[in-house]
Amino acid sequence: MSKTLIRGAKVLGGEPQDVLIDGGTIAEVGTALSVEGAEVVEAGGKVLLPGLVDLHTHLREPGREDSETVLTGTRAAASGGYTAVFAMANTFPVADTAGVVEQVWRLGKEHGYCDVRPIGAVTVGLEGKKLAELGAMHESAAGVTVFSDDGKCVDDAVIMRRALEYVKAFDGVVAQHAQEPRLTEGAQMNEGVVSAELGLGGWPAVAEESIIARDVLLAEHVGSRVHICHLSTAGSVEIVRWAKSRGIQVTAEVTPHHLLLTDELVRTYDPVYKVNPPLRTERDVMALREALADGTIDIVATDHAPHPHEDKDCEWAAAAMGMVGLETALSVVQETMVDTGLLDWAGVADRMSVKPALIGRALGHGRPVSAGEPANLTLVDTAYRGQVDPAGFASRSRNTPYQGRELPGRVTHTWLRGKATLVDGKLT
Amino acid sequence: MQRHLISAADLTRDDAVLILDTAEEMARVADRPIKKLPTLRGRTVVNLFFEDSTRTRISFEAAEKRLSADVINFSAKGSSVSKGESLKDTAQTLEAMGVDAVVIRHGASGAPYRLATSGWIDAAVINAGDGTHQHPTQALLDAFTMRRRLVGRDAGLGQDLAGKRITLVGDVLHSRVARSNVDLLHTLGAEVTLVAPPTLLPVGVESWPCAVSYDLDSTLPKSDAVMMLRVQRERMNAAFFPTEREYSRRYGLDGDRMARLPEHAIVMHPGPMVRGMEITAEVADSDRCTAVEQVANGVSIRMAVLYLLLGGNEPAAANRTEEK
Repeated sequence: MSKTLIRGAKVLGGEPQDVLIDGGTIAEVGTALSVEGAEVVEAGGKVLLPGLVDLHTHLREPGREDSETVLTGTRAAASGGYTAVFAMANTFPVADTAGVVEQVWRLGKEHGYCDVRPIGAVTVGLEGKKLAELGAMHESAAGVTVFSDDGKCVDDAVIMRRALEYVKAFDGVVAQHAQEPRLTEGAQMNEGVVSAELGLGGWPAVAEESIIARDVLLAEHVGSRVHICHLSTAGSVEIVRWAKSRGIQVTAEVTPHHLLLTDELVRTYDPVYKVNPPLRTERDVMALREALADGTIDIVATDHAPHPHEDKDCEWAAAAMGMVGLETALSVVQETMVDTGLLDWAGVADRMSVKPALIGRALGHGRPVSAGEPANLTLVDTAYRGQVDPAGFASRSRNTPYQGRELPGRVTHTWLRGKATLVDGKLT
Repeated sequence: MQRHLISAADLTRDDAVLILDTAEEMARVADRPIKKLPTLRGRTVVNLFFEDSTRTRISFEAAEKRLSADVINFSAKGSSVSKGESLKDTAQTLEAMGVDAVVIRHGASGAPYRLATSGWIDAAVINAGDGTHQHPTQALLDAFTMRRRLVGRDAGLGQDLAGKRITLVGDVLHSRVARSNVDLLHTLGAEVTLVAPPTLLPVGVESWPCAVSYDLDSTLPKSDAVMMLRVQRERMNAAFFPTEREYSRRYGLDGDRMARLPEHAIVMHPGPMVRGMEITAEVADSDRCTAVEQVANGVSIRMAVLYLLLGGNEPAAANRTEEK
């Protein structure tokens, strides 16, 4: 069995320690470890985290291999420090059957860069009318535990109620894309001062908040857990905070871009800033950071949404919604949460690895960095600062809103069950 | 002056007054037996219209021809655009044919801004109306009409609209004319009031440099000009207002309401008018209504804009050394 010794790594940002990986497992954590024949990685004060887990990734395969594939998407994930990603169901065909989720799961396994946990559609064809075979997807080799019509909201209250109830039988969770469809017809950006000036159709905060309010009440009524995708407004934070105080089993995610960017950027009419839910205001950004810090928002999820160049190199209204995020997520979290003093590295490990693994029931991920645990690890050079250069992305797509922006932090190494997928910033 | 004209908000007071003054010079050309200047001889302007708008297109075309430019009209309908060609490819194709300026009308807000700032083409871009965003030459021709009527043709030269009370009535939410006018009239020192049912005002309007009222009758006596915006009947299907009749009763301009205006006040309409909806025939056909005059002024304004963006430093029709 191959052995790797990571020397002098700040585990979760603490004092430098040595970590010995033996095969797929962490064999020992201590000081001044010395092992014959082990490959040595000099960490030199870099921060060691459990491998990151993304509960919200669009891998696009099958159907839109021009924007991403399971291979390119998982390479991007490894590059960003992830060891597990949950692949959203809005592919072509939709991941609403055991066959499709097994295909995606198998591709992830074959490529070996990162565990791929497919998310199953809640309803057939994401149409919101008829429950997909949730049980069959759970029982498939893919072992689906998270269900979502992401991209579309399960807006029918009865369908949502039934889905919440049904997945209890196998400890599943419904991840809701909260967007009241009638209130967002023709929506192009956050509704407010900027949309009024730019003459772009408004996506009001209430369209998100009203669905979250309904769904936490439904979850309470039927005793289910519900997960809120890409929460984006200060009002949504208040509702989730209230729901948690009532003991409702609700979890919520925030994307890196909603922690950093605001709708002021839309003034450029550059569709690289077009995303759903839309970029909100400075007030929302601050509320989201605070909520992530105090645990009201449980996790950071990327909503990595690759699109081909032509779908962004056009006028705003014609452009696709979404941003790639796997390769910049940790840097954005460092910029917005760590360097601002809101969260320490143990907190980052919790929000980007431990909690997402727990919500998605990703066994073997989000574990402590200690002896006997699976060696899913990420080494981060937190002292680094540099400009984002999309040309260096492993993702097939380049639709990042951070091009040319200086951000801190760089993932240098990623290990998936002891196997290095990223070494010195280079994919293996 | 900037290289492009994308938004009325981009114009300084001095830019705007220069355009209005230049338009007065251009208007004199229209009074001559030969209504043509050699200014843009050898320059090519394309009218790139992704939306049908015969009146705006013809107005630009007349302005371009009076300045002796070569004119290409491009309508998206029946062209490669309808077969899926992108805005970028269309624009680059036209520029490859040697176009100096692109006059663009597009249904998507921001399309002219993208064209001017994305590095797709080098030509000057003039916004002839984009989505529900801006229509700067419309605002300029409206300001020109107001200055002539409320300040005077000669007395107005070099002047702005300081202290003039302008009321805009109707579908502000879907109106690029309203947005452009609020920006430009504010820059020119006018006091603007928007009047509309709350459903037809955008969320965020409170940040605009103007007042807002839901009551037309109380606003009219305090108006030097009232501009009626078109209201599409279909809006009632999306519950913006209950019925056409109720809209007309509360926000339409009829003879009785017109009588509440001060003696000198004018009634404006950017066209096309929906008679019986926002304006009655009696008002539309009255001497106080400047709708037809606005059309004529539109040609002068567009000549002025094209001249200032493309013509360089040469005098237009008269000597004018005082401005820079």
